[in-house]
Amino acid sequence: MSRRYDSRTTIFSPEGRLYQVEYAMEAIGNAGSAIGILATDGVVLVGEKKVTSKLLQTSKSTEKMYKVDDHLACAVAGIMSDANILINTARVQAQRYTFAYQEPMPVEQLVQSLCDTKQGYTQFGGLRPFGVSFLFAGWDSNFGFQLYMSDPSGNYSGWKAAAIGANNQAAQSMLKQDYKEDVGREEAVQLALKVLSKTMDSTSLTADKLELAEIFLLPSGEVKYQVCSSEGLTKLLVKSGVTQPSTESA
Amino acid sequence: MECIFGLVGDGFALIAADSSAVHSILVHKSNEDKVLVLDSHKLLGVSGEAGDRVQFIEYIQKNVHLYQFRNGIPLNTAAAANFTRGELATALRKNPYFVNILLAGYDKGIGPSLYYIDYIATLHKIDKGAFGYGSYFSLAMMDRYFRSGMSLEEAIDLVDKCIMEIRSRLFVAPPNFVIKIVDQNGAREYAWRESISSD
Repeated sequence: MSRRYDSRTTIFSPEGRLYQVEYAMEAIGNAGSAIGILATDGVVLVGEKKVTSKLLQTSKSTEKMYKVDDHLACAVAGIMSDANILINTARVQAQRYTFAYQEPMPVEQLVQSLCDTKQGYTQFGGLRPFGVSFLFAGWDSNFGFQLYMSDPSGNYSGWKAAAIGANNQAAQSMLKQDYKEDVGREEAVQLALKVLSKTMDSTSLTADKLELAEIFLLPSGEVKYQVCSSEGLTKLLVKSGVTQPSTESA
Repeated sequence: MECIFGLVGDGFALIAADSSAVHSILVHKSNEDKVLVLDSHKLLGVSGEAGDRVQFIEYIQKNVHLYQFRNGIPLNTAAAANFTRGELATALRKNPYFVNILLAGYDKGIGPSLYYIDYIATLHKIDKGAFGYGSYFSLAMMDRYFRSGMSLEEAIDLVDKCIMEIRSRLFVAPPNFVIKIVDQNGAREYAWRESISSD
């Protein structure tokens, strides 16, 4: 393989491509996938946890979902150590904004500030880009509920339903087919579970392979980030018919 | 000497300020506008050291504009007030600006609001407020005659009462005043109250 144009992030190939950035996107294709769906009354994030070994103690808290601020959370696909750095800067940015203006940071601004950081690593020499894609779910007073997807190149875009990670193209086309406008949160969860069950490699979908988080408004007007418990997830899986109750006991 | 005051009425907020540029015992100018139209729906009335005043409010105005260009959405009044306070507080321990500020604004879904920010970076949300020597009289008049939900006519009447009191009771009363208002249609100059020609 040619090593002329892909060993540095800062050099375009003669065809006008940045190989390191494309390789970073490739790295995300191997990671557990995540799906986000925008509902009328909230945003739903579902993620696939890759169980690498039976001996591995799975994390008690979430592995793929991170709360960035009270009104904003994200799902990650890619290299987790890279993601941790970015999530940390996102949290700092959100708090800095709150310190300056005494109000929560608008969702798109936070996404943009993080993508500026990502972009920087595709342009300045000697560094590799972040091998991370994000799904951001949040609420702000200007535009209500929002869902954004970002990639290692520093591009971001707003979506009604989006998928990142392994098999994201298959998931994306399923979402495109099955997404209905004006769905509620419950329906969105069902759709996300259905899509994930079909695009995941493992045959049976169980609660310990999944993570589900939602962002919605409480009657008080407060934004709530809620992670679904493992029991709740099992019930949801049975309800959506993705797993049979019998397989669970077996 | 300096007089600046403001109040919140029914669906609008207003700021009135004297327009004298004074140095020592000399009046250099009597049509100095001390109420800045910060953006489409915000007014910034400022008293204090003349140089600091211009430097600081232009800095704030340009930053508020920059925010709008960068993000495509305007800052609401509360955020702009907190930003202004923050900048004043940062400067306070380095090279402080001697400026006292009344910030009036109108936000969709929130309505009119008025914020008090003094030179030591105190921030209060208020319905009526004043700075300068004129505040002794305008605050007293507003304590007596202000009530929430005043109509524009009533509010202007109260402003005239304040100006009258300042002119009749303050030894170093400024001759001319400007009144600006902000409501759902935006921020704009409303009227001048001049007792001497500014030309």
